Amino acid sequence: MPKFEYAPAPESRDVVSLRESYGLFIGGEFVPGISDETFKTISPATEEVLAEVTEAGQADVDRAVTAARKTYEQTWSVMPGKERAKYLFRIARIIQERARELAVLESLDNGKPIRESRDVDIPLAAAHFFYYAGWADKLDCAGFGPDPRPVGVAGQVIPWNFPLLMLAWKIAPALACGNTVVLKPAETTPLSALLFAEICQQADLPPGVVNIITGAGQTGRALVSHPGIDKVAFTGSTEVGKEIARTVASSGARKKVTLELGGKAANIVFADAPVDQAVEGIVNGIFFNQGHVCCAGSRLLVQESVYDQVLASLRRRLTTLRLGDPLDKNTDVGAINSPAQLAKIRELSQAGEAEGAERWSPPCDLPEKGFWFPPTVFTGVSQAHRIAREEIFGPVLSVLTFRTPSEAVDKANNTPYGLSAGVWTDKGSLILWVTSRLRAGVVWANTFNKFDPASPFGGYKESGYGREGGRHGLEAYLDV
Amino acid sequence: MTTVAITGSDLRSFLDGLPGVDRVGAEARAGVLATRSIKTTAKRWALDMAISMVDLTTLEGQDTPGKIRALCAKAKRPDPADPTVPTVAAICVYPDLVHVAAAELQGTGIHVASVATAFPSGRSSLEIKLADVREAIAAGADEVDMVIDRGAFLAGDYRLVFDEIAAVREACGDAAHLKVILETGELATLDNVRRASWLAMLAGADFIKTSTGKVSPAATLPVTLVMLEAVRDFRESHGRQVGVKAAGGIRTAKDAIRYLVLVNETAGEDWLDPHSFRIGASSLLNDLLMQRTKMATGRYSGPDYFTMDS
Repeated sequence: MPKFEYAPAPESRDVVSLRESYGLFIGGEFVPGISDETFKTISPATEEVLAEVTEAGQADVDRAVTAARKTYEQTWSVMPGKERAKYLFRIARIIQERARELAVLESLDNGKPIRESRDVDIPLAAAHFFYYAGWADKLDCAGFGPDPRPVGVAGQVIPWNFPLLMLAWKIAPALACGNTVVLKPAETTPLSALLFAEICQQADLPPGVVNIITGAGQTGRALVSHPGIDKVAFTGSTEVGKEIARTVASSGARKKVTLELGGKAANIVFADAPVDQAVEGIVNGIFFNQGHVCCAGSRLLVQESVYDQVLASLRRRLTTLRLGDPLDKNTDVGAINSPAQLAKIRELSQAGEAEGAERWSPPCDLPEKGFWFPPTVFTGVSQAHRIAREEIFGPVLSVLTFRTPSEAVDKANNTPYGLSAGVWTDKGSLILWVTSRLRAGVVWANTFNKFDPASPFGGYKESGYGREGGRHGLEAYLDV
Repeated sequence: MTTVAITGSDLRSFLDGLPGVDRVGAEARAGVLATRSIKTTAKRWALDMAISMVDLTTLEGQDTPGKIRALCAKAKRPDPADPTVPTVAAICVYPDLVHVAAAELQGTGIHVASVATAFPSGRSSLEIKLADVREAIAAGADEVDMVIDRGAFLAGDYRLVFDEIAAVREACGDAAHLKVILETGELATLDNVRRASWLAMLAGADFIKTSTGKVSPAATLPVTLVMLEAVRDFRESHGRQVGVKAAGGIRTAKDAIRYLVLVNETAGEDWLDPHSFRIGASSLLNDLLMQRTKMATGRYSGPDYFTMDS
């Protein structure tokens, strides 16, 4: 029994009013689906059914694209940028005003700790709208020539790990540039997008600028292959990303595509690193959001001379992680988003053991209901192990060692992915030497998983192409 | 105690070779821990623990024996209306008033701490500093809060700082515990805070303490985080558990609980004890009492229901 036992401190659910069932948000209003197909979304922490959601079919996708096209041509693309900006600023402010409601809903539907949805997801989502609102009337100055034109209707498919934040990454720049959108949230986390639809109504956004359709892979396929779409934006697995690239390439249509896919980032700790902060960075790199982060620091590369010290500190730190109720304000690690994801994490972890790596988790009671996986560290991992090569997308860290800076760079780059990387050292010149050799879209020095709307984000190699965020993020939504 | 033959350059290379502290990361970690939500039973426990860790302090030019007696009465019975409130850990005063506190607190188990060594600046000769310490102990102090020579530390003369601490440690003997005040507000960087913490521990400190309370900023969460990491690592390498005292600027129960969380999740629960963690404060105690009463009765009483400290 610990001396200082933190009593439960749950955030109240009362702030969220869930409807029993949700239609599709098309042309500014919620409409029933044409085919009557529905599915349920549950809380991964308790398996409680939260709401029934409409499965959009081909005809629904047609309707949504038609609505988006009409508004694009008649209203949104011809509206002056400074007027579009007003709507985006308004949306940003409403997100801030309803932040608590959005945070609770996000934690309920996704399973992530309320501390993260409250302090990271929702504030960053609002920040993205504020940031791109500022660009809407300044596109002349963005470096894409005078008066750059929008692309048209964007079909956007987003993942379940940061539902509202990924929505913001997709919708904010699209709208700022004068495009209209049809967005499909992931089937396990549709609720914050549907609440966002209400926010669009509250902001008096012209009907049809934002259309939200719910559904699974079939719906996504119908959306990205729709001939009425001018631009496809996808964040999700590399497997699905490749399928989308093939679909678009073979359709012969003139579609712009950006893909933000998987990762297997190296987090490199040199002997002279600030150890305590590096350990925090390792924890934040892989256990933030249960490791459901495409840019997670899932491969820890430690210089051999400090391996024992770093691992001892890391293990000690992991024993303080608090796993449990996502709505408890003191929870650090929440639930795994779905049974399918849990199965994948288990399968890869078993493969890690079978291949000879040593598995360790801190003592930790898993709740009986819901989908849970303890924070896990594999040591003795080699480059050839599956857990060093494949994206696990869960709270599982693979630890490798290196002896010299060039070995660290070689190992870090020796992956089909290239989304992010981290470097920990007190030596500025080493940071510059290493980061200029890492083939990854985002490289953090002495920090990890830091995001800002002004900073572009995207991958090398199988981690995708195109950039989101910052001035660079405008390019995907302009006809340039 | 590890006052072995260490040369000045040994000491310098050891201290300068400690792992660095990344300020941004340390502040972020302290910031996250500050969001811990301590409610109901946990809050009740934490309020009592915080009260028992208070070094109830008065260090003013206008202090009189009467003020010290009043403070001692409060230390023994913080809330006259509620005998279940624990006593505070210690009273902290200037050396010339130690005899008053010692007489008042005899047999209570409450410690008498005295600042010494030309507090708060430390700008005097070692001879005078040691005389200051001896006088305080002779008057009945069983804890000495010394200040380090920050000028020497910043000039890189770690050896001088080490020798002064060791000399004061020796002067304290078995009669008094030694708390070494780093005055982190003048050390400026967290790297310096870590080095000064190790320097003080190597020289024999029983406690390392953030501040005199006379310099701003005084105690902060990031500084205390770094000091807690230092005592944790020192126990691991040297086997001796050194305490930490956060002093100055901690005025509310909410602040105090944040420090307890920091202790719990950094050094660990072995430090959640008045023998290993202290809070130097004056007005804090009343807020802790007010919160405690609120927990018990469900109502806030006005400040007039708690005794004033001066």
